[in-house]
Amino acid sequence: MAASKRVEEGAGELSPLASLAARPAAAYEPMPNGHEQVDLGLPPGELLDIHRRMLLLRRLEERIGQLYAMGEIGGFCHLYIGQEAVAVGMERATRSDDPVITAYRCHAHMVVRGVAPELVIGELLGKAEGVSGGKGGSMHMFDPARNFYGGHGIVGAQVPLGTGIAFALKYRKTDRVCVTYLGDGAISQGQVAEAFNMAALWKLPIVYVVENNQYGMGTAVDRASAVSALHKRGESFGIPGQEVDGMDPVAVEWAGLTALEHARSGRGPMLLEMKTYRYRGHSMSDPALYRTREEVQKVREERDPISRVAELLVNAGVVEADQLKAVDREIRATVMEAVTAAQTMPDADPAELMTDIYSGGS
Amino acid sequence: MREISVREAIRDAMAEEMRRDESVFLMGEEVAEYEGAYKVSQGLLQEFGPERVVDTPITEAGFAGVGVGAAMMGLRPIVEFMTWNFAMQAIDQIVNSAAKTRYMSGGRLSLPVVFRGPNGAASQVAAQHSQDYGAWYAHVPGLKVVAPFDAADAKGLLTAAIRDPDPVVFLEHELLYGDTGQVPDGEHVAELGRARIVRPGRDVTLVSWSRGVSAILAAAETLAGQDIEAEVIDLRTLRPLDRATLLSSVQRTNRIICVEEGWPSCGIGAEVIATVSAEVFDALDAPPRRVSGAEVPMPYAAHLEALALPDVETVVRVAREVCYVDV
Repeated sequence: MAASKRVEEGAGELSPLASLAARPAAAYEPMPNGHEQVDLGLPPGELLDIHRRMLLLRRLEERIGQLYAMGEIGGFCHLYIGQEAVAVGMERATRSDDPVITAYRCHAHMVVRGVAPELVIGELLGKAEGVSGGKGGSMHMFDPARNFYGGHGIVGAQVPLGTGIAFALKYRKTDRVCVTYLGDGAISQGQVAEAFNMAALWKLPIVYVVENNQYGMGTAVDRASAVSALHKRGESFGIPGQEVDGMDPVAVEWAGLTALEHARSGRGPMLLEMKTYRYRGHSMSDPALYRTREEVQKVREERDPISRVAELLVNAGVVEADQLKAVDREIRATVMEAVTAAQTMPDADPAELMTDIYSGGS
Repeated sequence: MREISVREAIRDAMAEEMRRDESVFLMGEEVAEYEGAYKVSQGLLQEFGPERVVDTPITEAGFAGVGVGAAMMGLRPIVEFMTWNFAMQAIDQIVNSAAKTRYMSGGRLSLPVVFRGPNGAASQVAAQHSQDYGAWYAHVPGLKVVAPFDAADAKGLLTAAIRDPDPVVFLEHELLYGDTGQVPDGEHVAELGRARIVRPGRDVTLVSWSRGVSAILAAAETLAGQDIEAEVIDLRTLRPLDRATLLSSVQRTNRIICVEEGWPSCGIGAEVIATVSAEVFDALDAPPRRVSGAEVPMPYAAHLEALALPDVETVVRVAREVCYVDV
C-alpha cells in the first residue's frame, strides 16, 4: 500500500467516506467482473477488507454479549459494538511491528491484531487455551508476539505504560511507533497528563488515540471534561491533536497514517480524538439510562460504520447487496465455529492457580 | 574486599549492571545532573549519558508507569523514587501493573523492573517523609521486596534485583547510606529470598531488616553481657520470606522477637509471628513478641520521633522478659 503517498494527500484534508461517496459515478471504471471500478483513493478490495474486518468485530462482540447473557461469561465485559471503525482503521494504518496497548474494552483490538477469535472467547470462558490461560478475562488480554500489550483494567494506567513502550522503542533506536488507546473518561486521569508531558518532552514515538464514545461509563463528556474538544487536551504539552470522524474507517485510517508518520519521523507524539459511539452500555451490567433509545437509534441509522461502508460498496456497484449478505453469513459461521472451538477447550487447570506469579512458574 | 559506603555500593551495583547489560537504565527525579537527591547516582550520567540516566519531571505515577511499559518491551529499568513516601503516587503502577501483569497475561509478559529509593524514617522529616512501606509491598504477590542492611548486601542484592526477571521493590534507608562495610571485589551477587544469621546465639532469636538490624545487633551485644546469647537474623528479603531460616532458628532458641520500624498492625512482624506460631508452636517457650514503631504518624520533634521508633533498650527489655530473667 502506498502509505506515504496517501499521507501526503491526506495531510491537508482528511477524506472521509462521505466525500468518497459523493464522487460522481463517472469516476468508476468497469471491473472485470462487470462491476464498477471505484476510484476511492482506496482500491475496492480494500474497502471490502475494511467492511469484512469491521463486521467480524461486530458479530464477534454480539455473540460474546449473548454468551454473557447466557451466563457463560462472568465478571465485567465491555463490548466494542459501534466503535469498529476505530480499531479497523487504525490497524490498517499501523505496521504489524508497531506495539498497541489499550484499556479494558480490548477484545476487538486483540482480534484486529490477528489473534484468533477462539482464543479471545476461550479466555472469556475461563479456558486453559484462552489468551491468558483463563487468568485475565475480558479486561486483561495480551499477545506480545503480535505486539499487543493489553488489555488493562485501571482507567488511564495504560497511558504511561504505552509511553514506556514508546520510550523503549526510542531507546532501542527503532522506527516503530506505539499506538496507545484511551477513552474519553481516561483523559482526565492525572497520570495521562503526566505521560503526555514526558512523551512530548522526550519526543517519544507514540500516537495517543482517544476513543471518544461520548460517555465515560454514564457520564457524558461535557459533564466530565472542562474542554469537550478532547483532541486539545495535549495542546499545553505541544502535542498536536486532530479530531476525526471515528465512525468512518477511511477517515480513521488516513488520520492514523498521518499521525504515525509524524511520530515515526521523530517529531514526537500526536493525539487523535476519534468521535465514535458505543451502542451497548459501558459494560454488560449497564442499562444505559443516561441516554435515550432514540439517541442510540439515530447514531445506528445515520453513522453506523459498517452500514456506511456497505452502502457505499453497493451504491458504487462494487458488490451486490446479496454478496454482502453472503459475507455476513460467512462471518457468522466463523464466529460460531470460534465459539464451538472455545467451548470445547479444557477448563483452566486448578494446578495453574499458583503459576505465573513469578518467573520460573510460581 | 574493600571498604565502601552503602551509597557507593548501590551506585556500583547500578554502574556494573549498566556496563554489563545495555538494556539496564536508571530513571527518576534528580538522578542525572543532580546525581541523586541523596547522591546515590554519582558519576552515572557522566559515564552512561542522558539516554540511560534519565532525569524525569516530578511525576511519580507517570514515570513509574513508563518504567513498567519499558520493562514490557524487555528493557531493565531501575526506577528511583526520591523516597518511598512519594511512591504512594505511583503505587497503582507498582501493584496493578508491575505486580499483576505476568499473572494476568498467563505468563506471556515479564516485567524486569526495579523500584528503589530510601524507605522509613530519616531525621525529623515528619509524617509524610518517614513511613516504612515494607509491609505494604510485601503483601503483594508478584512483587519481590528487598531491604538490605549493610554495604555488601546493598550491592549484592541490588545486582540480583536488576538481573531478576520479576518486579523488585528495593527499600533502602537514608540513615544507612553513609555506613561503610566490606564489599567483595568484582562481581557480587546475593540471592534474593535468603535471610542471614548475622550473629549466632542459643537463647532468643532477634529478627529485623534494613536499619533495624543495627538495633538488634546492639541489643545482642548488651544481652551478651547479661549472659543471654541472642541469635541475630537479617531478613534481607521481605518477600519471599525465608521462613525456613526463621523456623530453624526458633527451634534452637525457642523464643523470637521481631523488630520493625513500621507500624505493627498487619506488619512484617505479624507475618513472622504468625508463621512461627503456626509452624513451630511446640518449640516456643515464651510468647513471640514484636518491638515496633508507635502507631502514630511520625512526629517532627526529635525526642518525640525517638519515642516513636523501636530502640535498643526496649529490645533488651523484651528479650529479658521472654527469657524470664526478670521474673
